[in-house]
Amino acid sequence: MTTTEAAAQSAEDLARDLYTKMTLAQACDERLRQGIARGEFAITIWPSRGQEAIAAGLGAALRTDDRLVTTYRGLHDMIGKGVPLEELLGEVLGRAVGAGRGKGGTMHITCPEVGVMLTTGIVGAGVPVAVGLALAARQQGSDRVVAVCFGDGATNTGSFHEGMNLAATWQLPVIFVCQNNLFAEMTPIGDTMHIERVADRALAHGMPGHRIDGNDPEAVYQAVSEAAEQGRAGEGPTFLECVTFRFKGHYMGDPQHYMPPEQLAAAEAADPIPRYRQKLIEAALLSAADADEIEQQAAAAVEAALKEVLSAPEPDGRELDVDFFADMKGIPA
Amino acid sequence: MTIAAETRTLTMAGAINEALDEALAADPRVFLLGEDLADPAGGVSGVTSGLSTKYGRDRVLDTPISEAAIAGAAIGAAIEGRLPVAEIMIMDFITIALDQIVNVAAKARFMSAGRTGCPMTVRTASFGGLGSGATHSQSLEAWFMHVPGIKVVVPSTPADAKGLLTAAIFDPDPCLFLETVALYGTRGEVPSGTHVVEIGQADVKRSGSDVSIVCYGRAVVDALQAAEELAAEGMEAEVVDLRTLVPLDIDTVLESVGRTRRAVVAHYSVEFAGPGAEIAAQINSRLFGRLAAPVQRVGARFRPIPSARALEAAVFPNAHLIAEAARRATGSPP
Ligand SMILES: Cc1ncc(C[n+]2csc(CCOP(=O)(O)OP(=O)(O)O)c2C)c(N)n1
Ligand SMILES: [Mg+2]
Repeated sequence: MTTTEAAAQSAEDLARDLYTKMTLAQACDERLRQGIARGEFAITIWPSRGQEAIAAGLGAALRTDDRLVTTYRGLHDMIGKGVPLEELLGEVLGRAVGAGRGKGGTMHITCPEVGVMLTTGIVGAGVPVAVGLALAARQQGSDRVVAVCFGDGATNTGSFHEGMNLAATWQLPVIFVCQNNLFAEMTPIGDTMHIERVADRALAHGMPGHRIDGNDPEAVYQAVSEAAEQGRAGEGPTFLECVTFRFKGHYMGDPQHYMPPEQLAAAEAADPIPRYRQKLIEAALLSAADADEIEQQAAAAVEAALKEVLSAPEPDGRELDVDFFADMKGIPA
Repeated sequence: MTIAAETRTLTMAGAINEALDEALAADPRVFLLGEDLADPAGGVSGVTSGLSTKYGRDRVLDTPISEAAIAGAAIGAAIEGRLPVAEIMIMDFITIALDQIVNVAAKARFMSAGRTGCPMTVRTASFGGLGSGATHSQSLEAWFMHVPGIKVVVPSTPADAKGLLTAAIFDPDPCLFLETVALYGTRGEVPSGTHVVEIGQADVKRSGSDVSIVCYGRAVVDALQAAEELAAEGMEAEVVDLRTLVPLDIDTVLESVGRTRRAVVAHYSVEFAGPGAEIAAQINSRLFGRLAAPVQRVGARFRPIPSARALEAAVFPNAHLIAEAARRATGSPP
């Protein structure tokens, strides 16, 4: 193979990987919402529909041993990072096959085998923990990096600023991935911060801060790759503001009374998934038939995993007495 | 429990320093982080003095004034298998780190079904009794007892401080290690070399047959003084030092109170809804028919802690109040 051929090959592989991750995240989110709507299962999710490009770019740019800390709105991130669908859906649906055998739930999924060390339901709380994960990497002499995902709203918390300052002060390999979907629960971003660009917050901590198109998986891939390279070289953290949108509101079933219809319509018209598909076909990186097949495979993989999870048992009641303290002597029953 | 042959007299602060020193020397996974820990300060109370000089600033990390990030960074490192010892300078400041300790550390092992753990130690100190006022004097250990997932350790002697801190640092679960500034200068015999006191074992600090005083931390010192006062009146008090609140060695308490049939529970945290309420309830439910008197409680009054000496003294327990409670329990006139 010539260098040009190899580059073309790798561009095609990357495109396929990104599109696969995006469609898998979309299929998972859609299937869960469909199941809730149909009454197939009674659970709560915080849909990530619309934000898939970030998860795909991030997951493709990171190594398996790189760490990820994410949030309740993080199923897409975890799919991008490679958490097996059975573990993910099993935890969301509270089954024994879940990542935490039903003890964590959607907001608290951990899968250390692919680097997912913590998922939090406390806005901003993952940030300081990510700093500690990166500190451990340095202490252990590893060049792995830590990515931490959070929303625009999380950048208003004290935890966020404490963590940013500490990561910058200690020049740790952390990639701060702000998924700016322009809303925090029911409140638009402009009502809660007096700055135009969230990325400018990084300046206050002496950290590079970049605003990128969070609906373009290649832009995310590129930015995360550069940040990771910098982190691995011992050159400190990076803040990435990935501008995106949440199509389904804060939680599944959110009536979105607060949402200007024209804003939602414009965002939906710019849906990152059909947009990327179109781009790949035009660039001849993927044929329409290939794209169709990837989409079908994603739906089939989710359906297969869901079937397995729904036929798996509920967690055993004895779970309450394991994985609590390592030594249960003297611990109240 | 390892009992070393040699002992020396050390202060409480010196014993804590020695435990940290020996843990840093013994295991490269151990590191310290907190505000002003490194030399020349060596901690605001000098407890970490000399350690950054000996082990370097990569093992003794000075942090910004960021309690949430101190706890969070310790937790993240612990999740990766390191053995961090985070210092929250004064216990009142732990309010800022509470989310991390309560919502991340305490739940890491459980929520991940054992795929991650959090072998972190948080050292903090109660500054009560120094006239520092309401935001620099509290004993908030009851909060942590109330959250499933955190061990709560409160030493009362230099030897216990060394042995319990060593146990906490190497414990696979998160431990809150509560020091008492007013006791930093107290002296006692401390074993040289590795000394581990198992977490979850109370210690009878004085034997007696008439009344059991169940206590921990600074209240142990007061209880021993009260026992002297009572002995002069012909009453033999047994002083049970709990040493750890979670896990709670209720068996030792029940054995003692089962014999004496009278109990006083004493501590410096607020009496109302304090640790003593749980202990008294357990004594009552397990020994109801055997008790010769209701369990007496002595704790801090339900007030913000005032600064002026005279007022502060009126809020905290003391040896005299503990002796009074023992007299109530035994029906002896004051
Ligand atoms: C500390 C804390 N405060 C409030 C909440 C309730 N809450 C859940 S999500 C959310 C909005 C967060 O917005 P953002 O950080 O932008 O993330 P997004 O949900 O948009 O992904 C709030 C306020 C919480 N979970 N944690
Ligand atoms: Mg948001």
